[in-house]
Amino acid sequence: MKYMMLVCTDTEPDKDPSAAPDIEKWVAERDANGQRVTGSRFAPPSAATTVRVRDGELLLSDGPFAETKEVIVGFDLLECADLDEAVEVARAHPMAHAGRIELRPLMDD
Amino acid sequence: MSVAAGAVAGAGAEAYPRIVAALIRITGDWTLAEDCAQEALASALERWPRDGVPGNPGGWLMTAARNRALDTLRRATVERRKLRDLALLTDPEPAPPEGDVVDDRLRLIFTCCHPALALPDRVALTLRTIAGVPTADIARAFLVSESAMTRRLTRAKTRIATAGVPYRVPAGPALVERLPGVLAVLYLLFTRGYDADGEPAFADEAIRLARLLHQLMPDQPEAAGLLALFLLHHSRRAARRDPAGNLLTLDEQDRSRWDRVQIADGVALLARAGDGPYALQARIAACHATAPTAADTDWPAIAGWYDRLVGLHPTPVVRLNRAVAHGYAHGPAAGLTLLAEARSGGALDGHPPALAAEAELTARHGDLDRAAALFRAAAEAVGSEPERRALMRRAAALAG
Repeated sequence: MKYMMLVCTDTEPDKDPSAAPDIEKWVAERDANGQRVTGSRFAPPSAATTVRVRDGELLLSDGPFAETKEVIVGFDLLECADLDEAVEVARAHPMAHAGRIELRPLMDD
Repeated sequence: MSVAAGAVAGAGAEAYPRIVAALIRITGDWTLAEDCAQEALASALERWPRDGVPGNPGGWLMTAARNRALDTLRRATVERRKLRDLALLTDPEPAPPEGDVVDDRLRLIFTCCHPALALPDRVALTLRTIAGVPTADIARAFLVSESAMTRRLTRAKTRIATAGVPYRVPAGPALVERLPGVLAVLYLLFTRGYDADGEPAFADEAIRLARLLHQLMPDQPEAAGLLALFLLHHSRRAARRDPAGNLLTLDEQDRSRWDRVQIADGVALLARAGDGPYALQARIAACHATAPTAADTDWPAIAGWYDRLVGLHPTPVVRLNRAVAHGYAHGPAAGLTLLAEARSGGALDGHPPALAAEAELTARHGDLDRAAALFRAAAEAVGSEPERRALMRRAAALAG
């Protein structure tokens, strides 16, 4: 199964950030074993553009569409056998400690 | 109930979870598995009275459910996924030996108890899918309507499929992480079977599954602790009621009717059970089970185990039981003091066991009139008829 891993900030990070794993190591290992298909950090929310079409008219606005304190800061596309494997990948990511990670299965695989 | 209908009920209770677990393993479709298992039971109710009960009722039901699943999948060959399932089903494996069948149910338990599901969903799904408890009964236990529980079960099953929850028993560190959640569900299953109005088959089922868990994980102390706890409680099953069906307290029970084999098994398991919450409860049960008479009960030891248990689980009910133990070990005044602490902040208000415990301690403290009134209050608050009768007898004995 493919999972979109959305990497978000969180208002309550881990009390012991030193326990968080290293991101370079995480990427290198998952790229090597095929669990990470692709991924990237995002530019800050101030660079986001939201697009809508209403009554045929293009409406653009600056900033992300979800106005929350938590911000999506990056993504990784995973290829995993099942949820258990995807959870193991996510828990090893530093942002599972400093933020939060959402796993969304892709429907067209 | 006719002989055939009784055979359907008996074989169904035994075979239902095995059929559901096997069909889920083969097809991956929970709803299909449950529908086919239920249709097999309905078909047996129609045909066994006419054709006679088959020699292997469980095998008959399994074949009927499997054929039903095969028919359904054949009609849906347009779907890639179901084509694959069909391929698996057209070449069925030979009937697996008993051990593998039980493993199927264990796989089902670990999936039902997956932490990606909300806790109430885990409990509800296990009760429905493994224990075969009717949705209406689960809804009552959760204090929701039957239609709300049906929706919840459907959502949970859909989530298992779409989120990619695997259908397997985890290995390595994942197993250690996942085990407490599974033990908690088995504990609920056992309690449901052991309660006064419970379904005795659930207790047997819980013991079977706990035994299997312990065999698979001999190094998990809490798996041993849970099995020991079940066996030590279950050893009293035959002695728990008088001939009229009234529940008897520990000191009223005929201890010669306690199951010595189960007690010995339970006590032997304690050597490997550690000091987790289930192990501590098992050690308390062992103190009772090994006392030759009620007067010989080692209450100071029991009070000590409760002191440790309350450190792990400071719940109102554990505090209540600790108060009772201290009442026997160190006098009713000590028990009443701890009981008052357990009830602070309104915890245990209207809780029948708390009323009964206060009644018992008050009686031993010498205030018989107040004790009788408390027993009557507990009897009014209690839900089960045998327990109500037992409490009314206690009230009458004090008044007399």
